[in-house]
Amino acid sequence: MSATRAAVPPKQRPADAGDRPVDRRRGSTLLRHLAIMLAAGLLLVGVSYAVEPFRNFQLATVAAYLCATAGLTVLTGLNGQLSLGHGALMATGAYTVAFCQNAFADRGMTGGWLLPLSLGAAVLGTVAVGAVVGVAAARLRGPYLAGVTLAVAVVVPALAVTFDGVFNGEQGLSVPVEPPPVSLGPYFPYERWQLWLTGAATLLALLLLANLIRSRYGRTFRAVRDDEVAARLAGIHVARTQVLAFVVSAATAGLGGALLAVLAQSVSPGAFSLTLSLFLLMAVVIGGLGRLTGALWGAVLLVALPDLTHSLTEMLTLSPAVAQRMEGNLPLAIFGITLIVVMIAAPGGVQGLLSRLGRALLARWSARRS
Amino acid sequence: MDRFVFLTIDGLSRGAVYAAFALALVLIWRAARVVNFAQGAMAVAAAYVAYTVSAQTGSYWLGFVVAIVAGLLLGALVDRAVMRYVDHTSPLNPVIVALGLVLLIQAVLGMVYGSEFRPAEAPFSRSALTVGGLAVLSPYDLFVFATIGVVVVGLAWIFARTAVGLRMRAAAFAPEVSRLLGVNVGGMLTLGWALASGVGALAAMLVIPTELGLHPHAMDLVFVSAFTAAVVGGLDSPPGAVVGGLVVGLLLSYVSGYAGSDLTPLAVLVLLLAVLLVRPGGLFAPVAARRV
Repeated sequence: MSATRAAVPPKQRPADAGDRPVDRRRGSTLLRHLAIMLAAGLLLVGVSYAVEPFRNFQLATVAAYLCATAGLTVLTGLNGQLSLGHGALMATGAYTVAFCQNAFADRGMTGGWLLPLSLGAAVLGTVAVGAVVGVAAARLRGPYLAGVTLAVAVVVPALAVTFDGVFNGEQGLSVPVEPPPVSLGPYFPYERWQLWLTGAATLLALLLLANLIRSRYGRTFRAVRDDEVAARLAGIHVARTQVLAFVVSAATAGLGGALLAVLAQSVSPGAFSLTLSLFLLMAVVIGGLGRLTGALWGAVLLVALPDLTHSLTEMLTLSPAVAQRMEGNLPLAIFGITLIVVMIAAPGGVQGLLSRLGRALLARWSARRS
Repeated sequence: MDRFVFLTIDGLSRGAVYAAFALALVLIWRAARVVNFAQGAMAVAAAYVAYTVSAQTGSYWLGFVVAIVAGLLLGALVDRAVMRYVDHTSPLNPVIVALGLVLLIQAVLGMVYGSEFRPAEAPFSRSALTVGGLAVLSPYDLFVFATIGVVVVGLAWIFARTAVGLRMRAAAFAPEVSRLLGVNVGGMLTLGWALASGVGALAAMLVIPTELGLHPHAMDLVFVSAFTAAVVGGLDSPPGAVVGGLVVGLLLSYVSGYAGSDLTPLAVLVLLLAVLLVRPGGLFAPVAARRV
C-alpha cells in the first residue's frame, strides 16, 4: 500500500437523520413506543370529537398518507434506496382492497372483521409485488433504481386501462364499506368512524416501523446505506437487507393505498399517477428524510397544501378558467420549489430544522441553569 | 410483409427520436454524473415556447429554431441556477432536485397553457409514399432521419474534432487537472447541460406531432423510453444511446403493431428490467471494477 493512500482520510459523511446514538434512553423500546402510540390514539379520539366532520375526513386522509410516507422514509432515508414507484404500490393495495370488499359484498357477507381481513390481504398483495420489485431493486444503484421505479410508476396505472375487463379502466372500481357499528349509536358521524379506522391502522403500522427502526434490522438498514462494502465486511447480507427494506416499505405503502381506497370508497388509476409518487417523495424529503416525525409533517403537508392554495385562489378573485388552472397546478409548483429549496438549503427538512431549534433552546436553557 | 416493413420504418423513425433524447441523457451523465430526470419536462417547456412563437408568427420553422434556442438557454439556466448548488455526495440528491424541477415546470406550464392537449402541426405530410406498391417512408420520417442524423454527426464532430469538445471531455474526465491546465470546468459543465437540453428540445419537437399533441405530461413516457434506450446502450456510451434508441423504437413499434398499443408501456418496463438484471452496464459497457 502506498503511503499517500493511507494519508488521505476517508471521506466523512455528515451525521444525519437517524444516526444519533440511541443508548441515551433507558427502558424498553417497545413499552415506550406503546405508550407514545396509546397517547397518540387517545389524542386522536379526543380530536375526533372536537372537530367538524370535514376535518375528521382530512385527518383520516393524513393518516392514510402517513402510512405510505413512513414506509418511504424508511426505504429512502434509512436504507438509501430511492423509489419513485410508491404510488404504484399504493395502487396495488387499493385495488386489492377493492377486489376483496367487492367479493365479500357479492357473497352477502357482513361483519366487522371483513375490513381488517381485506386490509391484510392488501398488505400481503403489495408485499408480493414489492418483493418482485425489491429483488430487482437490490441489484440496482442510484439513477438506475430511480429509472426502474419511475417506469413502474408510469406503467402500473396504464395497466388498469389495458386490462379494463379486470380493473374497469379509467372509471375504476367502487369499494363497498360498511357503516359504523350500531353499538356506537345511530347518529355516529361517518367521518369520525373513518378517522378511527385509518388512525388505528396507521398507528399500528407506525408502532411496528418504529420498533423495526430501533432494532437490529434498522441498524443493518443504516449500515447498508452508509457503506455497502463495510456492511458486507461486517457480515451483513446486503442484498437481503435491501429486499427486506423494500418489502417493509411496500407493505406500508399498500396499507396506505388501501386506506385511501376505503376512505374514498372507490379506486381509479387517475388517483395513483406518477404525480402521486413524486408527491410522496416530496413529502418525505420536505418533512425530513429518515424520520417518522418527518413523514408526519410530509403527510400533513400533502393534505394541507392543496387546501391552502384552494382558499388562496378563492381569495384572489380570478376568472373561472384561470382559477381552475391555478387550483390544480399551484400546489404542484409550490411543492416543486419547496423541494428544490429544501434539498439545497436544508437537507434535514422540517424535522431537521425543528430538532436543531430544540437542541439550541435546550443548550441555552441548561447554560442558564448552570 | 407490408405491415412488417411499415412497422419497421415507423419503429426506426420513433427510435431515431428516442436515440436523440437518450443522447441528451448520456451527454449530461458523462459531463456531470447526473441522470437528468427533468429532461422531459424541460423539452416540453421548450416545445411550448415554440408553439407560442409559431402561433404568433404563423411560421413553423421560426418556432423550430426558437425551441432549440429555448432548450439551450433552459439547460444553461438549470445548471447555473439549480444544479450547481446541489450537494453531489449522494447520488440521490440531484435526482430528487430534478424531480422537483419536473413538478415545477409541469405546474407552470399547466398554469400558463392549461392542461388540455394542443394539436401540434407537422411541417411535412405524415402519409407514406408508395414505392413499387409498398408504403414505405413518409416525408416526415425522412425529415426526422435527416435531422437526427445531422445532430448525431454534429455532436460526434464537436466532441471528437473541436477544441471545445476536447475541453468538455477533459473537464468531465479529470476536473481538477483540467482546471489546473486552464480549462473553465464550470463553463464546460454549463455548455454540456445547454447542449443536452437543446438536443432534448429538438427531440420533443420531432416526437410531439406524432403523438396526441402538446401537453405538460407529453414527454413522460418518451422520457421513460429514452431512459431505457440509454440504459440499453450503457449510460456512458453515445453510440450505445443511438443503437439503444433504435432498438427501443423498433420494439415498441412491433409491440404496438402486433400486440396492441396499450402494451407498449409494459414492454418498456420489461425491456428495462431485463437489461438491468442481465447486463446492468448496458450492451456496450466496458468491463468495470467496483471502486472500494
